[in-house]
Amino acid sequence: MKKSLSFASVATFLGFVFLYAPIVSLIIFSFNKSKLVTVWAGFSTKWYVKLFQDPQILAAAWVSLKVAFISASLAIVLGTLAAYVLVRFRRFVGKNLLSGMISAPLVMPDVIIGLSLLLLFISMKSFFGWPAERGMVTIIIAHTTFCMAYVAVVVQSRLSNMDQSLEEAALDLGAKPVRVFFDITLPVIAPALVSGWLLSFTLSLDDLVIASFVTGPGATTLPIVIFSKVRLGVSPDINALATIIILVVAAGVLIAATKMKPKKGH
Amino acid sequence: MSDISGHNFHTTFYHWLKRRGRTLVISVPFWWLIVFFLAPFLVVLKISFAEAIIAQPPYSQLLTFAEDGVVQLKLFISNYGYLLDDSLYISAYWSSIKIAFVSTLITLLVAYPMAYYIARSPSHRRNILLMLIVLPFWTSFLLRVYAWIGILKTNGIINNVLMWLGIIDEPFVMLQTNFAVYVGIVYTYLPFMVLPLFTNLVKLDESLLEASSDLGAGSLTTFLKITLPLSIPGIIAGSMLVFIPVVGEFVIPALLGGPSTLMIGQVLWNEFFSNRDWPVASAVAIVMLVLLVVPIMLLRNAQNASNEEGA
Repeated sequence: MKKSLSFASVATFLGFVFLYAPIVSLIIFSFNKSKLVTVWAGFSTKWYVKLFQDPQILAAAWVSLKVAFISASLAIVLGTLAAYVLVRFRRFVGKNLLSGMISAPLVMPDVIIGLSLLLLFISMKSFFGWPAERGMVTIIIAHTTFCMAYVAVVVQSRLSNMDQSLEEAALDLGAKPVRVFFDITLPVIAPALVSGWLLSFTLSLDDLVIASFVTGPGATTLPIVIFSKVRLGVSPDINALATIIILVVAAGVLIAATKMKPKKGH
Repeated sequence: MSDISGHNFHTTFYHWLKRRGRTLVISVPFWWLIVFFLAPFLVVLKISFAEAIIAQPPYSQLLTFAEDGVVQLKLFISNYGYLLDDSLYISAYWSSIKIAFVSTLITLLVAYPMAYYIARSPSHRRNILLMLIVLPFWTSFLLRVYAWIGILKTNGIINNVLMWLGIIDEPFVMLQTNFAVYVGIVYTYLPFMVLPLFTNLVKLDESLLEASSDLGAGSLTTFLKITLPLSIPGIIAGSMLVFIPVVGEFVIPALLGGPSTLMIGQVLWNEFFSNRDWPVASAVAIVMLVLLVVPIMLLRNAQNASNEEGA
């Protein structure tokens, strides 16, 4: 036992080094004076200045933030409905199909989701004339669809761990199911909703492949711009952008985690 | 009297609303997924039987209505024949499966001790460690893959450090090789492997381990005879969570791989964006889906098994 644990602890330590070294190197070299990303030439914040003067990146970031905000909000509603239905409703027609459809996007390769949604949008256009143009709306639909799968997983596990007696008591006392959901279920699963929303937001902000397929000329998201820049080689302003994203996300996750702690103990 | 009938009306109406409400609540996510997840695959299937033509959109219609009212259905199976004829596609499928298989195995070997250690940690430390596993997953995947370019390239961090230490004189070529692709895959998919393994290992009954060591089994024997067999559902779930998306991976081979890296996700991307041959791209996607059916079933079975265990 002891021996296997000490081996495991060394392996775990190395695993964490492996996980975090690239992130740390991204951050360090975002403050590098030299254009050569990997040779240290002194401290500088000029890449941050350059980043905020790049209209292409700023415009794409704004598009991505809007898409991520709307997709995450829609995904929360749809994903929570799906999770609630799957956990609380014993039996209904299509339950197996629904549970299959909600978990498949988690593993389905992005190229397949992207291609299939694009072809759907094009067919829909020739049948109903909608969506007339691809852009933000089609990206939002695509992102909502795969984000709701992640939301459903998070909410499902919270719902099935939740003590159901409170809901039952309220129903026995004559409360309407809708009211029980909003007054009792929702507050209990709120932490799962917060992390589901944050997860959806970051996944949407991060998606390159699906957005590349379903977007149109009008909407270029941040990952599309990053990918076209990075393909040509490393550039320090992308390091600066990465540092900002990583710090904002880490702060968001840590705040969410600490805010949710006291509720858990409650 | 009127009071009772009023009550009756109220309850019937309420039950009606309740049933309707139930259907409504089910149908919103259900139809969303039917329309935006399931139906698209049927469209892909349809277009994979079309012919590429120069038009907008660039494929032929399967159904044509002739003037005398005859409906013609033209299915071009040539797209699938094309996949078989051109050795590029078969070797791309084969090499994607190989890369996915090997990287899944490496990810498992890296993840298992981590999951084991975290599962055996005291609960306060366990939460922090789990958080540290999940945190990189929250930060941009694209940017984390990008970070490896700076680490692996010829004048990158690893080569600079090794040359500075005098271990090597000439830099290693690591970027734009399959090695870089493996590193990138193991790196980005590690959390997907650790989490299901952890969920499984944390449920392991410690008294079994104690009994085994009381009976004189060494730690290796205990591991091989008890821990490993009991963790097989976790191993399957984690492996499939890595294997399935890696088969179709595009970003990692595009950024870290080189000319010798051949993955079907990239082939599909090029077929679509560069060659603009939508029917062939669709056929590539359909064959990929067919290949992934068995792994997806394995994953669902493993997940259902662990759900039932938890309940």
